[in-house]
Amino acid sequence: MFWEQLINGLTLGSSYALIALGYTMVYGIVQLINFAHGEIYMFGAFVGLFLVMAGMNIFIALLGAMIFCMLLGMLVERIAYRPLRGKSSRLSALISAIGVSIFLSTLMALYRGTNTTRYPEILGSTTYQLGSIQISSLQILILLVSAFLMVALQLVIQKTRIGKAMRACSQDLEASSLMGVNVNRTISTTFAIGSALAAAGGVMVGIYYNAVWPYMGMMAGLKAFAAAVLGGIGSVPGAMIGGLTLGVMEIMGIAYFSSSYKDAIAFAILILVLIIRPQGLLGQKISKKV
Amino acid sequence: MDAFLAQNIDAYYLRIMIFIGINIILALGLNLITGVTGQLSMGHAGFMSIGAYTSAILSLQFGSPFFVAILGGALVAAFFGFLIGIPTLRLDGDYLAMVTIGFAEIIRVFFLNFEPGGKAVGLSGIPQHTTFVTVWIIVIVVIILNRQLLYSRVGRSLYAIRENEIAAESCGINTTRMKVLAFTVGSLLGGLGGGLYAHYMYYINPQDFGFMKSIEILNMVVLGGMGSIPGTIVGVVILTLAPEVLRIVAQYRLLFYGALLVILMIFRPNGLLGDVRIYDLKKRWGKKGEKTWSS
Amino acid sequence: MVILEMEKISQEFGGLRAVDGVNLQINEKEIFGVIGPNGAGKTTLFNIITGIYIPIEGNLIFKGQKINRKAPCDIARLGIGRTFQNIRLFNKLSVLDNVRVGCHGVTRSGFWSGMLGLSGNRKEEKLIRERSMELLAMVGLADKLDEYADNLSYGEQRRLEIARALALEPALLLLDEPGAGMNPLEKEELMGLIYQIRDERQLTIILVEHDMNLVMNICERIAVLNYGRKIAEGTPNEVKNNEKVIQSYLGVGA
Repeated sequence: MFWEQLINGLTLGSSYALIALGYTMVYGIVQLINFAHGEIYMFGAFVGLFLVMAGMNIFIALLGAMIFCMLLGMLVERIAYRPLRGKSSRLSALISAIGVSIFLSTLMALYRGTNTTRYPEILGSTTYQLGSIQISSLQILILLVSAFLMVALQLVIQKTRIGKAMRACSQDLEASSLMGVNVNRTISTTFAIGSALAAAGGVMVGIYYNAVWPYMGMMAGLKAFAAAVLGGIGSVPGAMIGGLTLGVMEIMGIAYFSSSYKDAIAFAILILVLIIRPQGLLGQKISKKV
Repeated sequence: MDAFLAQNIDAYYLRIMIFIGINIILALGLNLITGVTGQLSMGHAGFMSIGAYTSAILSLQFGSPFFVAILGGALVAAFFGFLIGIPTLRLDGDYLAMVTIGFAEIIRVFFLNFEPGGKAVGLSGIPQHTTFVTVWIIVIVVIILNRQLLYSRVGRSLYAIRENEIAAESCGINTTRMKVLAFTVGSLLGGLGGGLYAHYMYYINPQDFGFMKSIEILNMVVLGGMGSIPGTIVGVVILTLAPEVLRIVAQYRLLFYGALLVILMIFRPNGLLGDVRIYDLKKRWGKKGEKTWSS
Repeated sequence: MVILEMEKISQEFGGLRAVDGVNLQINEKEIFGVIGPNGAGKTTLFNIITGIYIPIEGNLIFKGQKINRKAPCDIARLGIGRTFQNIRLFNKLSVLDNVRVGCHGVTRSGFWSGMLGLSGNRKEEKLIRERSMELLAMVGLADKLDEYADNLSYGEQRRLEIARALALEPALLLLDEPGAGMNPLEKEELMGLIYQIRDERQLTIILVEHDMNLVMNICERIAVLNYGRKIAEGTPNEVKNNEKVIQSYLGVGA
């Protein structure tokens, strides 16, 4: 029973991790909590749904959702965040992000209604037995895809030129631009990658839980943020660990305590982390330049 | 007085005026935290709900008189504001936003499961003590006290924290303590508004105090002018009336709010009245020898 | 009498020693200069003195009291005021309000007396206003009372920052590149202002500057930092002719 719950937790946690990565990368580079990120995840789930209902196979749907959200994320950055960069206070940027979040979630709610839509059964799920542990093919799929994406991300960040640019910008935006890095393009790319990952998370959650609804982004977004903070905001491995940990803790909380408080678990963790160790598990204490 | 009003003014308009009054109290509380001190709080509805439920329970279970119930609600809300504020306000402002959302969520989930609060069904039968007169007397007192606070030494230090926290520290301001103070007083006002709301609506349930409510109040502060009392009032009036006056706005209200926030931030981040400088106006109108903003 | 003493003060940022074993003794009422190339650790030193950074090693002693781990607001109240390298004014507040906020550390009206407008508060407000006007007059900004701080010219903003720092009634004033961006005439006026402040208010002043003319003229003693270490200390003449200093910073013919 424990192992099943653990696997459950890791599966849920991988989707948190994928969303958390978007948060952490954007925060690392422009110090903005992208409130609208949860809505990107939600759009990913819906686009995946639409593609699947239109008859595409699941992998095409996944890819389609990722591409759509990549563009959506870049569009949001262009319209709502870039005009504020540099000249406005952090407060303004945060408020703008909230505005985008509300706009997007309401848009979907108006289009689809607020009720839950079911993902059609496209993947027959078979259950495997590993010793005394049961694991479903769906879980295996999700874990594999998530792992693949996370590894791919690490490779991009560490081994490619654009990845180096992203790392440089997250350390010092101004210096990077003085060194010839195209800051605008780097930031756009960061948003694009983060959004694509969130979309993947959305599609997989949609399939796994069989449900999508317009406000799913709010809750998941907040929890993923808690995960990012837990792991250390700004740290990519931190987001991965934070997401997985949070997923496991949430499932364990439901299994061994009560399910009515499940949503509160993430927030309780957030508050505890901020009180005890604000830089999270892997974050570093950043000294401000005065 | 109320009887006079009830006879001579259409109940519909009275209702709107009462809502405007309650919203002013709520918005002034958030304005103190976010507009004046610059700390983005996204969970104001949480404090409103604490005030609403506490005061309702005091009235229903304990038969408390109106003012005791309202005060009780406000104080309990302030207490929680204090509790949340202390650990969180030590940190970067971004975190407060998220923590307040989380806090409001926890409160909402709590009340959904809270027996004496009626769980998801909520509480009904709350005595309707909130009237036009009671609300507006309280509103006027709140406005006066608020204004005095903002023009005092403490008020100046709050503005200073918003403008430049490090410089504020160098002036001897204990920024964490001040931020907690602002947050506590702001929450108190949130709880006060909640209590008045409960005793007007006769019925409350956790859905009334969700994230969207926090956003509504935030919009009023941001639209009108952050840090400015008249600005906040203008924001409240516009956004309380808008759904009534424009049917389209009512239906697509949230879409409108979202877009409004983005547009405001890009073009007029200080809200409608935030950038209107009394000094500039006076220069233009040639008024001499009058009391200025900073006197 | 020594007003500020730094014993082997060190500070590290991610493996880089920004300040390394610095020893300094500042005497009362002197005008002391700290110079050195960019990145030498001068502003970091200031940040340590004012409590923004806590040194990883060493002792900081102000008026005989150890202040290593005190919070910036407490240090301000003990009597150390400062200006900042990148001007940190309260932009959307008026010129008058900027200075009035500066009085915060030496006044007491709290939440209740402010909100209720009690008589103690009103008296204090009057005092604050008078004091602020006096300081603004001293720096030549008396006619700009109600201007928003971000409307001022660069030189005026620097002077406003000084007025605000003085509102605290400090015993020690730290000026971080006060002359940056000023033209020669403004710098002359600045020098006069610094003397005036020191003489009239019996202050000690520590100055970080890059303009050698300013520094050599006005400072009574100077310390030179390089890579976080103090490499020389003495009167302007001594420092000017010091080999190490010439090599690392000044060049010949300074």
